[in-house]
Amino acid sequence: MTPWHFFITHRAEILDATLDHLGLVMISMFIAIAIAVPLGMFIVQRPALRTFSLGAASVFQTIPSLALFGFLIPIPFIGGIGRRTAIVALVLYALLPILRNTHVGLTSIDPAVLEAAEAMGMTNTQILTRVRLPLALGIILAGIRTATVLTIGIATIAAAIGAGGLGIFIFRGVAMVSDAVILAGAIPAALLAILADLFLALVERRLRIL
Amino acid sequence: MSHIPDSQMHYDRPRGTAERAIVQTNNHSSVPEPIIRFEDVTYSVKGRPTPLVTQLSMSVNSSETLVLLGRSGSGKTTLLRLINRMLIPSQGRVLVEGRATSEWDPIRLRRHIGYVIQDAGLFPHFTVAENVGLIPKLEHWDAARIKSRTDELLSLVGLEPAEFAQRRPAQLSGGQRQRVGVARALGADPSILLMDEPFGALDPVTRAELQHEFSELARRLGKTIVFVTHDLREALMLATRIVLLQAGRIVASSAPQEFLQIDQPEVQAFTASLHTVPGVSA
Repeated sequence: MTPWHFFITHRAEILDATLDHLGLVMISMFIAIAIAVPLGMFIVQRPALRTFSLGAASVFQTIPSLALFGFLIPIPFIGGIGRRTAIVALVLYALLPILRNTHVGLTSIDPAVLEAAEAMGMTNTQILTRVRLPLALGIILAGIRTATVLTIGIATIAAAIGAGGLGIFIFRGVAMVSDAVILAGAIPAALLAILADLFLALVERRLRIL
Repeated sequence: MSHIPDSQMHYDRPRGTAERAIVQTNNHSSVPEPIIRFEDVTYSVKGRPTPLVTQLSMSVNSSETLVLLGRSGSGKTTLLRLINRMLIPSQGRVLVEGRATSEWDPIRLRRHIGYVIQDAGLFPHFTVAENVGLIPKLEHWDAARIKSRTDELLSLVGLEPAEFAQRRPAQLSGGQRQRVGVARALGADPSILLMDEPFGALDPVTRAELQHEFSELARRLGKTIVFVTHDLREALMLATRIVLLQAGRIVASSAPQEFLQIDQPEVQAFTASLHTVPGVSA
C-alpha cells in the first residue's frame, strides 16, 4: 500500500486525529502561557525565585518525553491514562521557552529607559505594563513560537498513553512496520508545525514594535 | 517651610546658607527660599567601605541653577537621586519644599520633579508626543490639554510639532532626542528640574548649541535646576552657583564669576582643564 493510497482511504480518520492533535497542543499552550508569562513577570524582581523556577523548568526539558509521560501515569489527580496526563506533560515542556523568553525580554531593556521611567514617577505596575511588557512582547512571542513547534512534535508521543492525536498512526505504523502508516501521522504533524511557525512568525512581525 | 532645630545646623555648610536659614525662619520676606535642602546627609551602600556622600549639607534656592561639578565618582549623581527619592539617605535628611523625601510619596514627589539623563532614556515604543505627554496622561489630563501641552513643549525646545510629534525616538538625531528628553521632563510643569549630564553624549557642536539654548530656556522658565556635569565650561555657562564635589563632600561653592579665583587644589585642577589645548590660553 502506498502512503498516498493510505492517505486517501483513511482521510477522515487522519483529519480527526489532526484536529485532536491540534486541540491537545492548543490547550497545553494556553495553560503554559497562562503560567509562564505571569511567572516570568513575577520573578523579574525576585532573584531567588528566578533561579529556582528557571532551574525547575530546565529540569523538565531534560526528561525524555516518553519517560515523562510514563512517570505521570501513576500520579493521582494529574496522572492516569488519557488526555489530561498528556496535557500536563506538554505544559511542562512548553514552560521553559516561554518562561525564559519572558524573563529575557523583561530584563534586557535599556537601563536608561527604566531609570527614566522610575524617575518620572511611574509606579512599578505602570513600568511593567507600559514599558517592560510592550518592549518585551516580541521576545515573549518568539518563546511562544518555539514552545508551540516543540509541543506539536512532542504531542505525537501522547498517543502512547492513550491521549490520541497524530501519534496514533506513528505508533501503529511502527508496530505494523508500515512506512505508509507512520507517514500518515508524521506528515500532518510536520505540516502543523510548519504552519504554526509561519502563523506565529506573522503575528510576531505584526506586533513587534521596533 | 519647616523650622530646623539648631542642633541639626552644620558648620561646614556652604558660605551664607546657615545664616540665611535662620533669617528665613523668622522672616518670610525677600530672602530666596531653599526649595531643596540637604541636612547632614550621608549615603552609604553595603559592601563599600567609604560612603558615596559624607555629612553633606547644602541648600538649593528657588529659581537658581545649581551646577554640581565633580569628577566621576564624586557623588554628583547620588545627590540627584537623593532629591527625587530614588535613594534615601543613610543618615540625615533631604527636604524638598520643606518636607523630608522619606515622608513624601515617591510617586508624587517624582512627578513633581523633572528628570533628564544623558541618553535621554526615551521610550522607544512611544512617539515623541507620547513620550512628552506621558506624565500628563498618567495624571489624567484630558486629551486636548495633553495635545496642546505637548505642542507647546516641543516648540519650546525647538522642535516643530507638526514635523516631530509622530516620530519615534529611533528616527531622531542625538540632539533631537535630548531636546525631547527636556520637553518630557517639563511635561507636568514641575517646579524642579534635575539634569544628569544631559548633553554629555552629544557631539561638541550639537552640545554647544543645546547648552546655549538651554541657558536661555532656563532663564525664561525660572525653574529650580540642579545640573550635574564634569565639564567646567558647561558649569560656567549655565550655573548661577557652582558646587564642586570631591569624594562625596563639598569642596567649594560659589557663583561662577568667582569660581575660577578660588585658591583650592581641586578647583585649580578643574581650572587647568580649561587650558589643555596646546597653543590656546585663556
